Amino acid sequence: MIELSEELLLRMYYKMNQARYFEEKLDELDVKGLVHGTVHLALGQEAAGVMACLALEEGDLVSLSHRGHAQAIGFGLDVNLMMAECLGKDTGYCKGKGGSMHIADVENGNLGANGVVGGGFGLSCGAALTQKYQHTGKVVLCFAGDGATNTGSFHESLNLASIWKLPVVFFIENNQYGMSNPVENHMNVENISDRSEAYNMPGLTIDGNDFLDVYNTVTKALRYARAGKGPVLIEAKTYRFSGHSKSDKQLYRDEQEVKEWQKKDPLLKMKEYLRENRIFTEKQIQKMETEAMISIEQAVEFAKKSPSPQLDTILADVYA
Amino acid sequence: MRTNDMTKMTYRDAIRLGITEEMRLDRDVIFLGEDIGVYGGAFGVSKGLLEEFGEERILDTPISEAAIVGTAVGAATTGLRPVCEIMFMDFITLGLDALVNQGAKMRYMFGGQSQVPMVLRLPAGSGTGAAAQHSQSLEAWLCHVPGLKVVTPSTPAQAKGLIKAAIRDNNPVCFIEHKMLYDAVGLVPLDEEYTLEIGKTIVERPGKDVTIVAYGTTLAKAVEAADFLEEEGIRVEILNPLTLYPMDMKPIIESVIKTGCLIVAHEAAKTGGVGGEIVARVVESEAFDYLTAPIVRLGGLDVPIPFNQELESAAVPQRNDFVHSVYRLLNRE
Ligand SMILES: Cc1ncc(C[n+]2csc(CCOP(=O)(O)OP(=O)(O)O)c2C)c(N)n1
Ligand SMILES: [Mg+2]
Repeated sequence: MIELSEELLLRMYYKMNQARYFEEKLDELDVKGLVHGTVHLALGQEAAGVMACLALEEGDLVSLSHRGHAQAIGFGLDVNLMMAECLGKDTGYCKGKGGSMHIADVENGNLGANGVVGGGFGLSCGAALTQKYQHTGKVVLCFAGDGATNTGSFHESLNLASIWKLPVVFFIENNQYGMSNPVENHMNVENISDRSEAYNMPGLTIDGNDFLDVYNTVTKALRYARAGKGPVLIEAKTYRFSGHSKSDKQLYRDEQEVKEWQKKDPLLKMKEYLRENRIFTEKQIQKMETEAMISIEQAVEFAKKSPSPQLDTILADVYA
Repeated sequence: MRTNDMTKMTYRDAIRLGITEEMRLDRDVIFLGEDIGVYGGAFGVSKGLLEEFGEERILDTPISEAAIVGTAVGAATTGLRPVCEIMFMDFITLGLDALVNQGAKMRYMFGGQSQVPMVLRLPAGSGTGAAAQHSQSLEAWLCHVPGLKVVTPSTPAQAKGLIKAAIRDNNPVCFIEHKMLYDAVGLVPLDEEYTLEIGKTIVERPGKDVTIVAYGTTLAKAVEAADFLEEEGIRVEILNPLTLYPMDMKPIIESVIKTGCLIVAHEAAKTGGVGGEIVARVVESEAFDYLTAPIVRLGGLDVPIPFNQELESAAVPQRNDFVHSVYRLLNRE
């Protein structure tokens, strides 16, 4: 068992709440028509995205999926700059050029959220090759969805990572659907982690809604990869509460299924844990929730007040 | 059913109608792609097809573009006529090996032995705020591969006529759809035998002063500009190359001979775009001697499509770019 300090638990709960509020707010803005383009929400997947990142060490790197807000918040990105990016502002992480789907903070190791399903697998191998080559001792955590494991890139990358013993952990958020396609229709394996067998690497399936399971498993996997033993594949079973994106009418699933999963809400589960173990007082719990909410309200203010990029920036940054 | 009836419908519905008719007429036509079943396709084009044709013919695929295109090539060479939806044109990159190295070359390489009757539907273009990886117009790439045909409709009627022709064609046809046109409404022939011949450029709007060649969303902007200019007595002739490859140049050359002025336009990045090829062919032709002003090429800036809305629209030609270009050509500015 990995020791969890009170300080760490506090950070965990705070970030999970930040992720939830961030997306609820973003959704609200989106519904009001204030967000240009598409937004992919990870409501219900916070334990997976946030906790996997909290298990990282300083200097480790991440490649995020298109459903990457919780992942980014877990990695420590500034919610002000994230929200500004979602609204296309000059102060955003990508100066308004990327939007919700491409939030990146390369200098600090967030290699970017990816709009191409499966786009991060190869990139993560490359980033891991750099770590190995330069003996940095750092590991790459690569996020993707269940659907992404049907791409050729997934299989080519796992094989490569395995034969070269690259320090990379592939973390699959299995939210039961690739857009409208349920997992049982788009692959013939019981667990996505079974796919690791083909590449002779460890594969683990965990409860992606259980913050401890995610944190502990990723911590161990990172240790394994850091020790030079090679890659690990983790499948975190979870569920997205919202549609794939705003235009999704969700005809492919019934409300009952959503309700069942809502009972397993990762935030509620963590709150129960904190209560049961009497780690914090009710007041402390509430304070963390309130602070998280305030941070997001401030982020929205910041984003709204921020200027749009100047038109002449359109030609900037095509080349280094 | 043969009929002269027309009805108003959207570009999206017209594509669906074309596919539906062909699927009813020919059991060899199958349709595969991501989320084309219950979801009805990312842009709603395949809505209702699963109910009518069932899972045997409406094949919801995993997220596996390489396998989708590869499967289509294989099915096409062995007797089926697959239609594929690539959710966004950007992801054709993942299926290019099967398309470019296999499908496009097989017939020629095997001395005329096989044929590859397949259609790739490719939703293209910017304007939706989907940023750099979901907004590209990559038609020029495809127009560089002998063996492929590349078509692109700009109105609902053209959408129906061309999708049907594409399905009936015995070659791999890339059918480029413009996302910003899905809701565009127009009269569409209900005749089941209505098709538009592949390999034809049409005069979209007759005029005499300046020739504009444009397609897709950019064509709609050219039409708006032409409406505006007409009020000032300037008559623009607009040509629509419905087939981008191989392109029918004759009407374009004839038009330039008439007007002496040419603007080519598309939202794809200007450098290496289809417009450059059109210009080169005009310059090679007898129309060269009739040119009275330098040719104008309007194209997307040579940048990936940015997310921010103002930047996004500044990245591609707009109505006013046409207006100013026409003024300049006619020395009115
Ligand atoms: C190569 C590619 N094909 C298709 C898409 C369109 N698309 C975006 S997200 C998505 C579903 C992805 O499913 P999954 O990997 O399970 O991630 P989730 O959305 O469930 O988080 C699809 C098909 C894409 N972005 N990239
Ligand atoms: Mg999924």
